[in-house]
Amino acid sequence: MHIETKYVGKIEIDEQKLIHFETGLPGFKEENKFVLIDLPGNDVLQILQSVQTSELAFIVTNPHLFYKDYEFTLDEHIIETLQIENEQDVVVLSIMTIQDPFHASTINLQAPLIINERNKLAKQYILSSDEYPVKAKISLPTNEEKGV
Amino acid sequence: MLVLSRKTKEAIRIGDDIEVSILAIEGEQVKIGIQAPKSIEVYRKEIYDAIQLQNSEAANLPENLLTMLEGKTKK
Repeated sequence: MHIETKYVGKIEIDEQKLIHFETGLPGFKEENKFVLIDLPGNDVLQILQSVQTSELAFIVTNPHLFYKDYEFTLDEHIIETLQIENEQDVVVLSIMTIQDPFHASTINLQAPLIINERNKLAKQYILSSDEYPVKAKISLPTNEEKGV
Repeated sequence: MLVLSRKTKEAIRIGDDIEVSILAIEGEQVKIGIQAPKSIEVYRKEIYDAIQLQNSEAANLPENLLTMLEGKTKK
């Protein structure tokens, strides 16, 4: 199927790859079908594009790239809801709020996106502890820092 | 909004499955116990609101964002 996207124009997507957020996301309760789009030449960020609303897209990333020790436990309810059987099936992503300059961007560690890769069921999981912030700073070595 | 007065150890039932009890009142703070089916998600309001706000902020980025990102995030 073809969809119109916020950032990359019209694209063709494989229906098998649709990600189902059955109860939407906080603030977007009606949005339950998304697709992950890779950014060409960028191996850190992906786009989580709503299939229903072309103007709705989030920039997401693997939080472990920024916070190596990021860790939490999934409660029974989400394990049942997403029918998680194997830890290996679980993909964790964080929504990034991009700022200009880029290094001022933040990621939401308090409410990670949990995706069961096997059946494509997903949910934004709100951690009950205050251990991780909604606006966690990112620090990524820039090309200059790496001496590239 | 329905307003009910309750004392310590009293409770409110919502529907068949949900019970909200007042466990303790200490000055300005009230300790509330909530019994509900697992499918009912219970959050402190300010946390839920913060997530909602953050989601809407993250969804409202400029459409020319990708141009800005070019070359910034290559590993």
